[in-house]
Amino acid sequence: MSNYRPPVSDLAFVLEHVVGYPDVARLPGFEHADLATVVELLEQCGDFMANVVAPTNQPGDVEGARRQPDGSVTTPASFKPAYRQYVDAGWGSVPFPEEFDGGGFPWSVGLAIQEMLASSNMAFALCPLLTQGAIDALLHHGDQAQKLRYLPKMISGEWTGTMNLTEPQAGSDVGALTTRAVPRADGTYAITGQKIYITYGEHDMADQIVHLVLARTPNAPAGTKGISCFIVPKFLVNDDGSLGEHNGVNCLSIEHKLGIHGAPTCVLSYEDATGYLIGEENLGMRIMFVMMNSARLSVGTQGLAIGERAYQQALDFAQERRQGLAIGATGVNSAIIDHPDVRRMLLTQKAYLAALRRLMLFNAVHMDRSTHDPDETGRARANEIVGLLTPICKSFGTDLGVELTSLALQVYGGMGYIEETGASQHYRDVRITPIYEGTNGIQAADLVGRKLGIRDGASVTEFLSTMREVEAELADAGDEFDSIRLELGRQFDTLETATQWMLRTGRADPNAVLSGSTPYLRMWGLCTGGWLLARSALAARGIDDAELAETQLVLARFYAEQLLPQSGGLFGAATAGSRDLFALDAAALSDSARLRQNAPLN
Amino acid sequence: MKIVVLVKQVPDTWGARRLNLDTGWLDRGGSEAVIDEIDERALEAALAYQDSNDAEVVALTMGPDSAKDMLRKSLAMGADSAVHILDSRLAGADLAWTARVIAAALTKLGYDLVIAGNESTDGRGGVLPALVAEHLGVPLASYLDSVAITADSIAGERSTELGTMSVRAPLPAVISVTERTAEARFPNFKGILRAKKKPVTVWSLDDLGADAAASPVRSVVLATSERPARSAGTQIVDDGTAGVELAEFLAARHLI
Ligand SMILES: Cc1cc2nc3c(=O)[nH]c(=O)nc-3n(C[C@H](O)[C@H](O)[C@H](O)COP(=O)(O)OP(=O)(O)OC[C@H]3O[C@@H](n4cnc5c(N)ncnc54)[C@H](O)[C@@H]3O)c2cc1C
Repeated sequence: MSNYRPPVSDLAFVLEHVVGYPDVARLPGFEHADLATVVELLEQCGDFMANVVAPTNQPGDVEGARRQPDGSVTTPASFKPAYRQYVDAGWGSVPFPEEFDGGGFPWSVGLAIQEMLASSNMAFALCPLLTQGAIDALLHHGDQAQKLRYLPKMISGEWTGTMNLTEPQAGSDVGALTTRAVPRADGTYAITGQKIYITYGEHDMADQIVHLVLARTPNAPAGTKGISCFIVPKFLVNDDGSLGEHNGVNCLSIEHKLGIHGAPTCVLSYEDATGYLIGEENLGMRIMFVMMNSARLSVGTQGLAIGERAYQQALDFAQERRQGLAIGATGVNSAIIDHPDVRRMLLTQKAYLAALRRLMLFNAVHMDRSTHDPDETGRARANEIVGLLTPICKSFGTDLGVELTSLALQVYGGMGYIEETGASQHYRDVRITPIYEGTNGIQAADLVGRKLGIRDGASVTEFLSTMREVEAELADAGDEFDSIRLELGRQFDTLETATQWMLRTGRADPNAVLSGSTPYLRMWGLCTGGWLLARSALAARGIDDAELAETQLVLARFYAEQLLPQSGGLFGAATAGSRDLFALDAAALSDSARLRQNAPLN
Repeated sequence: MKIVVLVKQVPDTWGARRLNLDTGWLDRGGSEAVIDEIDERALEAALAYQDSNDAEVVALTMGPDSAKDMLRKSLAMGADSAVHILDSRLAGADLAWTARVIAAALTKLGYDLVIAGNESTDGRGGVLPALVAEHLGVPLASYLDSVAITADSIAGERSTELGTMSVRAPLPAVISVTERTAEARFPNFKGILRAKKKPVTVWSLDDLGADAAASPVRSVVLATSERPARSAGTQIVDDGTAGVELAEFLAARHLI
């Protein structure tokens, strides 16, 4: 049986009271997506995920995906029927345009669904996630014929999608890719090359796979400026929409890896495969940028999602496992949840997870504004906020995913290290999330290199001031909000100082800024999380629900007093510059230098 | 064909279930109210037929105001419309009265086939479909493990202690299904949205006529008491005589 409890009540609270979803529902185009409808959808969706998808998680990990001798790939036995039900239930279509048979709901609603899907089974969830990326790219840059041919079936989930960027020599540096695309007389292109690490590049859950492939046309400029994006369907599509012959793409092997065993990670070989250009030649990176924000937000949400599932299981375990006698308890022994250090671990998970859920949805709501606000300045500002928050959501979400699943595992003691409990699976599964969709190092570079400089720093400064408005509200809210206000104020000060340092230093010494980028991004994550938890505590007072108000207050206070102060501690690392990072050369970093010195003279 | 499915709101099986000691009724605040799983299967039987045949499916319930959420779920799963019998006079109605009221509603509504779960997970009476069929004067095929519906008949299999019985009846008829019938589908996302626009008719006792309002039989709760706490069990230590002791223990309770 599945033990996943979908956090629908928290999602509903956050949407309604913390991130301003009711304003999104008032935007033109979203009239049908009122809060009550959305909450009902999330309830039914949570029920589906918990009962259909969540039970496939552990068996899928044990069984894993397998490549067959004929080059086909089978996913774990439970995946195919669950995917069939997922398609029938239509959950993948919710946030896409009605024009292509989607539900026309806001992205924020789609993201809430993604959280529950990824909690239920992340290896499974990757298939719809990659499809979503491909849909996004086609929606914005495909021509009408391409859209009509591919989108309805991809949106329903009958066909799945992939994203083909990575090659052996082209990982973080996408511009180094060498896959070739040669124009043919009929307007199509012949695609030849090898892609690696392609998620769901081959599988048995759908009849058709629509590969989006980045490749280079002859004489294209070097680097990212010379990349084009192609649709390469696994089976060529006949004019009547039926599937024709197998295209020249094959799965050479699948990887053996730390986690997400159910999700095939493929080496794909393209040999003279027929490709259809999306948009124009050399626009590939532009197209990737369009889908990047949403894909990165989704991956940040995976960190939250797996953290949530691991936490729920750890919480159950902490109430069952009895060891030692807690202070003041009577009897033979206590449930471990009664020991202060176990409480610390549980509350730390709960508070961080609450902060992450708020941060992800806050970003998603701004994505909706950036596309649907009738006012152009409103759209532009929302877009800036999305740009600023996306690297933070991706890195903070996934780094915490790793840390929190580790903490959940720790709650189990020895049992956490034993596969049977499932705790270690979460820890293994989540570990990919800081790596793919732009490593967290690349995210930090994006934050300091691209996002801070927007409007000469005015964009980020305005956002900081917006956050600081919460201090006055906290001051008016009464004594029990004092410690939250004081700590937030202190940390905002430090973050502002670090930001000014970054803005000042950036132009003259980019290496110094890059050196501090990761700790600096973490400061942002910690501060935005504390800010949104404070807003939750304030909002919860206004609702007639004493239990909710108490929970939100405790979470905000615990976070402000016990977790947030780490932010200030990172100030030194964020602003230290590059001196010590480069003070030792590679030889000094290894033992060889010392060995040479100590070598006896003979 | 018009298929009416009887659905009931029950406390979630996984939640705590308590009686209200003052009224002797179920404490509905005790856990989340959901559509009875067995009724979802009854609905599935109707929807499966509707998938490939021309049929109208109506979900019918008698229950408090909160039962409308469950009707919404029935509509989201695919029922075309719903009927809600809602009347404060019906609070605490027993099986006999409930059957009378439902039969009156079915007569008013019209039907070719009535499908119910074999027994509700809260009351566990298991006789309501039979009572309804009796009131309506139509055949009853109860406790079906499988259901085959045609335009003018139903057939199915029922497990008995000794084997399997094949039963069939012409329509109109009442049937009840067991947990062995197909698992219910999950509501589809667009179905949930469509459900908001589907009609839900609310009928009070007055809408159903005098016969339904006045039941000649009525159960009355005379007294209720808390379930006694479990007493410590008897431990038998095997010193060679455990077998005899065990037999005596069971015999004393007339268990053997
Ligand atoms: C399970 C899995 C699934 C994947 N799915 C897909 C997929 O579906 N499609 C796809 O195209 N790719 C996919 N990838 C590839 C993934 O996106 C890349 O692994 C990732 O982009 C990193 O590239 P790399 O592995 O070459 O590492 P490298 O780029 O070699 O990075 C190594 C280290 O150097 C750091 N680094 C590199 N460049 C810089 C820089 N400029 N500044 C600072 N630090 C830097 C990185 O942060 C990292 O720590 C997948 C990978 C895995 C493991």
